[in-house]
Amino acid sequence: MSTPTGAPAPDPRDFLRLDGLLSDEEQLLRDTVRRFVADRILPEVGTWFDEGRFPSRELAPELGRLGLLGMHLEGYGCAGSSATAYGLACLELEAGDSGARSFVSVQGSLAMFPIWRFGSEEQKAEWLPRMAAGEVIGCFGLTEPDSGSDPGAMRTRAVRDGGDWVLNGTKMWITNGSVADVAVVWARTDDGVHGFIVPTGTRGFEAHDIHKKVSLRASVTSELVLTDVRVPESLRLPEVRSLRGPLSCLNEARFGILFGAAGAARACYEAALDYAGERVQFGVPISSFQLTQRKLVEMMVRVQKATLVALHLGRLKDQGLLAPAQVSFGKMDNVREALWVAREARSVLGANGITLEYPVIRHMNNLESVVTYEGTNEVHTLVLGQALTGIDAFAPG
Amino acid sequence: MNVVVCVKQIPDPADPGALDPTTKTLKRDGKLILDESDSYGVEMALQLVTAAGGGEVTLVSMAPNGEVSGLRTALAMGAAKAILVSDDALAGSDALGTAKVLAKAIERVEGADLILTATESSDGYTGTVPEQVAGLLDLPSVTFAKHIEVDGSTVKVQRQTEAGYDDVECPLPAVVSVTAGVVEPRYPSFKGIMAAKSKPVDTLTVADLGLDASQVGWAGAGQEIVSIEEAPAREAGEVIEDDGTAFEKIVAYLDNLKVL
Ligand SMILES: Cc1cc2nc3c(=O)[nH]c(=O)nc-3n(C[C@H](O)[C@H](O)[C@H](O)COP(=O)(O)OP(=O)(O)OC[C@H]3O[C@@H](n4cnc5c(N)ncnc54)[C@H](O)[C@@H]3O)c2cc1C
Ligand SMILES: Cc1cc2nc3c(=O)[nH]c(=O)nc-3n(C[C@H](O)[C@H](O)[C@H](O)COP(=O)(O)OP(=O)(O)OC[C@H]3O[C@@H](n4cnc5c(N)ncnc54)[C@H](O)[C@@H]3O)c2cc1C
Repeated sequence: MSTPTGAPAPDPRDFLRLDGLLSDEEQLLRDTVRRFVADRILPEVGTWFDEGRFPSRELAPELGRLGLLGMHLEGYGCAGSSATAYGLACLELEAGDSGARSFVSVQGSLAMFPIWRFGSEEQKAEWLPRMAAGEVIGCFGLTEPDSGSDPGAMRTRAVRDGGDWVLNGTKMWITNGSVADVAVVWARTDDGVHGFIVPTGTRGFEAHDIHKKVSLRASVTSELVLTDVRVPESLRLPEVRSLRGPLSCLNEARFGILFGAAGAARACYEAALDYAGERVQFGVPISSFQLTQRKLVEMMVRVQKATLVALHLGRLKDQGLLAPAQVSFGKMDNVREALWVAREARSVLGANGITLEYPVIRHMNNLESVVTYEGTNEVHTLVLGQALTGIDAFAPG
Repeated sequence: MNVVVCVKQIPDPADPGALDPTTKTLKRDGKLILDESDSYGVEMALQLVTAAGGGEVTLVSMAPNGEVSGLRTALAMGAAKAILVSDDALAGSDALGTAKVLAKAIERVEGADLILTATESSDGYTGTVPEQVAGLLDLPSVTFAKHIEVDGSTVKVQRQTEAGYDDVECPLPAVVSVTAGVVEPRYPSFKGIMAAKSKPVDTLTVADLGLDASQVGWAGAGQEIVSIEEAPAREAGEVIEDDGTAFEKIVAYLDNLKVL
């Protein structure tokens, strides 16, 4: 079909022909992750979500073979891809499930990135190749029971004792916590905030899973309890001694999330589009109703805009021009739009929309975690507010 | 051990294809992808080279408009290089015309020990090109391989049959067609994808191969497409109400189709 101008009619699944913004190589990479998600994630993720588990040990080596773990890092067995390519991989993974994307974000951007960026040569050589291969699983311990949006209030302490450090404290909401072989733990010291590479088998390290979650169920979330955990100085990340360390990791991970959210939104929109075309009420497909059409149109527009924002920020990052506040723009807006799309899509599916037979409510619930972690919607609004006005409105008074 | 794999690049089966009413052929204006049928041959070739402990996989393809997307996929899986034959004169080539081109291209690969193809392509589906290539190259041909092992200068093939498989042996070099689904094609790794863009693709014309344009394309084709018809609309199925004897009717129906 073509239009009066001779241009081909838009594809409902790629309305603005955004595929054309990707190089052949990026398309091949995107298609590869999409195929992996279709083969390995989608057939089972409803069950994982239902049972509240994620087969980390089984999937980690597969993700490693593809090159997804730490894929945008250079050297040490990492694929060394562009930032945009990393984003596209996150988009496809999260179109499967936010849990799968979270696994990859935590491994690559939160556990491997600090070692790659702030670690010594020996630390990089020891940990990164095995983490890139998915043989060693990592986690990132920043949040605590009493310190979430305000990480500066952390209580976990590391005290120097001869050639060792002794860590005490509790970390909360830690993705991959109980399945990890190694935790990057942030702790205050007499000399600023430091990061430590803590093998989870170290005496005094315990991880307890958080149960009764209704969101991100196909992902492991744990509490870490550190009681007199002793690690040598050689496991301290030497190149950073402030909150800049963990915050720069979060900035990397948020970049993946702003792509991922566009993927979750796309999955919900496509599920609604398919369903609306098939479901018949009052003798016609429900896509015949103007009210349904408006929902589909609003969803499509938001999915396309979120994808455009993501691609644009990806190109900026590849040119070295992406500022943290611009990442906040993408994280804040793409995740809230994805939530909007998920809720709208859920309504199109009627009662079927509340079951795990369809992907929509899974994404909808997952996105409640995604809008909370890596900086809540409010926190990113404040980052943007400060960037616009120069005024820090985080701590009134 | 050097293996050549013939890979066809075809319109994405996920996009509904359209026939061009004037040429009466499939429109091939969109991007072409690696025929899934050929991904098994590529995987098999990569495994054979690894098992041999050396050598490389070379791809050979004939496709319109200098198309390389499907080749890049196979290069990203691990093939070392590719020969692409693309020429306007090839439009309308029938299976034999295609085989002539592929055979000439294969002759340019030095030291090829084994040539793999799929048993049939997913779009054209004649299933005749592999044997024609073997005939033109004067090489032995083994079809429907489900397992291939190379032992010195001999290839041992488990050849799928309706009842099971035959063990077949023949001297190398040989042309072997690989049945779809017999190995699990690897996902291209990201390192592979990034490396693929710098792997050599030698793009050749009909003249480069030393063929005359009259031997290929519409000019050389021994076939003519006389007319194209819409496929008949699907008839409504038969509904069997289960009154306790439905199974008998279903068995009789299947028996009638001779599928039991
Ligand atoms: C599934 C899941 C996985 C997680 N994984 C990890 C992980 O791997 N590692 C890790 O370290 N952490 C992880 N987190 C923790 C996450 O980063 C925190 O939950 C997040 O930072 C918010 O902290 P909080 O939950 O303590 O909320 P709070 O900070 O207590 O916020 C509560 C509410 O107050 C608002 N608020 C707070 N401050 C302000 C302000 N100044 N102005 C206006 N509003 C404000 C917030 O926006 C929010 O709405 C995870 C969380 C979840 C849900
Ligand atoms: C009307 C018409 C127009 C055509 N126009 C063009 C054109 O413009 N440009 C052009 O390049 N070709 C063109 N062709 C050729 C066509 O695409 C097929 O390559 C050819 O007809 C082979 O038939 P098949 O797919 O049934 O092969 P099969 O015998 O079913 O294929 C078996 C195996 O042989 C190998 N093989 C087959 N074809 C190729 C190939 N092309 N490259 C690499 N390996 C291959 C594959 O491994 C394949 O799985 C045209 C064919 C027809 C009939």
